[in-house]
Amino acid sequence: MTLSAADLSAITLTLKLAAVTTLLLMLIATPLAWWLTHTHARLRAAVTALVSLPLVLPPTVLGFYLLVLLGPQGQVGQWMLALGLDTLPFSFGGLVVGSVLFSLPFAVQPIANAFAAIGARPFEVAATLRANAWDRFRSVAVPLARPGFITAAVLAFAHTVGEFGVVLMLGGNIPGETRVLSVAIYDHVEAIDYPNAHLLSAGLVLFSFVVLLMLGRYGGHWQKVAT
Amino acid sequence: MFRPLYAALAIALALPAHADQASIAVAANFSAPMKALQPLFEKATGHVMVLSSGATGKFYAQIKNGAPFDVLLAADAETPKRLQREGAALRTQTYAIGKLALWSADPRTLDGSDAVLKANQFKHVAIANPRLAPYGTAAMQVLAKLGLNEAVRDKQVMGENIGQTHQYVASGNAEIGFVALSQIMLDGKLTSGSVWLIPSRYYTPIRQDAALLKHGAGNPAAQALLDFLRTPAAQKLIRGYGYGYDR
Repeated sequence: MTLSAADLSAITLTLKLAAVTTLLLMLIATPLAWWLTHTHARLRAAVTALVSLPLVLPPTVLGFYLLVLLGPQGQVGQWMLALGLDTLPFSFGGLVVGSVLFSLPFAVQPIANAFAAIGARPFEVAATLRANAWDRFRSVAVPLARPGFITAAVLAFAHTVGEFGVVLMLGGNIPGETRVLSVAIYDHVEAIDYPNAHLLSAGLVLFSFVVLLMLGRYGGHWQKVAT
Repeated sequence: MFRPLYAALAIALALPAHADQASIAVAANFSAPMKALQPLFEKATGHVMVLSSGATGKFYAQIKNGAPFDVLLAADAETPKRLQREGAALRTQTYAIGKLALWSADPRTLDGSDAVLKANQFKHVAIANPRLAPYGTAAMQVLAKLGLNEAVRDKQVMGENIGQTHQYVASGNAEIGFVALSQIMLDGKLTSGSVWLIPSRYYTPIRQDAALLKHGAGNPAAQALLDFLRTPAAQKLIRGYGYGYDR
């Protein structure tokens, strides 16, 4: 039993999507988490709820709204057309947008928790040493929040690999462009091709287990109670 | 004093003998006509049916793993035959013949012919995944017949089933798409957009078969439904949704 070229391309595409999504998420989630843990703005509660929405919404809801919103009749789709750009559904770029939104809470929450755990004290000390805001962020916050960053990156990557509902709605199952691993598995199951479904599914289970194992070891996922 | 209670008990015990309940798994493309048939069936026979709609391939997996369905109304002829071969179904019958249409949500896009398809002036054409959906297989046959397979290859977007394919076109993300006529037709009329009614010689007829499943073997309601689907009243309603019927 070996992988077909189509399945191999689905795996490569999935890893590429997860890598691009994780990179973008780290760039977006870091300032967002910083703002959420340091602002007194009234908007804070609303933004926190908004960021957490993908945790509770069925992925098909997100995928369906994105399909409508990004499509040629949707508001965002019309802006893109007015700018002379192609609309996003059925493209790799569209999947990236969907994946970033879908995994946003998985990246923001660990980083925000890590920032919050640092407390005010180290920053006050740094300030007395004449560190400006950027210095305090770079030399105090980032090193102290390292486990949070690792957890965020690993969860964002793994969650994107396992994503299904959003890419199914938004992707159009185009080989090499939007047919990711989870969609390929779904195809095999629906087509009653169970050997290939098993091959990919077992691989995904193994991959996910190893990722979570690593996370437990290096990310400090759940701290053991000290005895 | 206890008489009303006895009466109620007698009715409760007597009812199941007359009104049975059947669980029906319905292919997504046939779910609208089935909902319309439901009250007719229940009124005519006194039986009750519970409908679950979904993809035929998924129903196959569920039935093989013990799902308590009495009847499967499949999107193809192959799945019921396969269930019968494997001992999970007792008999099969054709209940509808699916028809394919090229559809656009925009009333101005299609002019009732294949001109737009041939001119290749569109960005995306939605097709149901031919590996999973018989309507997708039929769409590929139409493209092959028109010699357009190569030309539209990188414009194809695939829905996992005919329902998702319809959604891609309805939302305007694909300008045109091959959908089931039953999705865009009601009472014999096009509900919205524009269409090319594809001549049936362009593709192999999409036979949709029903299977009496092992779980429904002794269920009078399941038998009654299969008989009901053959009545003129049921056939008339099915045709109104754009299906063909032959006996």
